[in-house]
Amino acid sequence: MYLQADDSTLVKAYIQGDERALETLINRHNQRLSSFIYSKVFDREITEDIFQDTFIKVIRTLKLGKYNEEGKFYPWVMRIAHNLVVDHFRKSNRMPRYESGPEFDIFTIMQENSLNAEKQLIKDQIESDIRDLMTQLPEDQQLVLRMRMYQDMSFKEIAENTGVSINTALGRMRYALINLRKLIEQHQIVLTN
Amino acid sequence: MEQIYSSTPDSCKLVSASEESVRFLLDYSKSLSIVSSRGMTFESNLN
Repeated sequence: MYLQADDSTLVKAYIQGDERALETLINRHNQRLSSFIYSKVFDREITEDIFQDTFIKVIRTLKLGKYNEEGKFYPWVMRIAHNLVVDHFRKSNRMPRYESGPEFDIFTIMQENSLNAEKQLIKDQIESDIRDLMTQLPEDQQLVLRMRMYQDMSFKEIAENTGVSINTALGRMRYALINLRKLIEQHQIVLTN
Repeated sequence: MEQIYSSTPDSCKLVSASEESVRFLLDYSKSLSIVSSRGMTFESNLN
C-alpha cells in the first residue's frame, strides 16, 4: 500500500508509529544511497556500516520528533551519509593530503565557497525575483518547477505525484523554463551574480 | 600534468545494503522507545 506513497507521507506514517513505512523508505533509497557511499569509500563492508549508521540517525531523529525538512527526505538522508563518510575518512586518516611547497600552491585546490555580504544580497534578490516570476506561470508548470527545483524530486516522482506521464512532466518543465526566460526578457531582469 | 581521472574503475558501481542490514535497522527501529518526562527525553532499547 505504501509503494506509491511519496517520502513525506511515509515519514509522517512512520512518525505516527507505522514501522512498514520505514521499510518502504529504506528499500526505496537502499541502492541509491549505498551506491553513493560506495562511490566514496570503495569498500562494501564500510558501505554497509555507513548505510546502517545513516539510518540509525534517521530513525532516532524521526522518533525524537526533530525532523523538520518535510518534502526533502532523501537530500536530508544524503547529507547525513555524506557527513558520516567525512567522519570515516577523518577517523581512518585516509583523506588525501596536500602539502604546500615552492612548486605547488595549496590555494590552487582550495576555493572560498562562502559568499560575501554583497553577493549574498544579490543571490537573495535573484531567488526572490525567480519566486515572483514563477507565480506568473500556469499552475501545472509552477508545480513541476517547485517539485524539481525546491523539493529535489525526480521526474518519475513528479509524474507519480501529479498523475501524469514522465513525458508530460518533462514537457511541463521545458515550457516552464521557456516561459520563465520569456518573462525574464519581458521584465528586463538581470539574473547574474 | 595533474592526474584528473579517477584511478578506480568501478566508482559508479551499483550496490545495495544487504538484507541483514535492512532487517537490523527495522528491528532497531521497533526496539527503540523514546519517553519524555518533565522536559527530559529518555531513550531505551527494548529487546
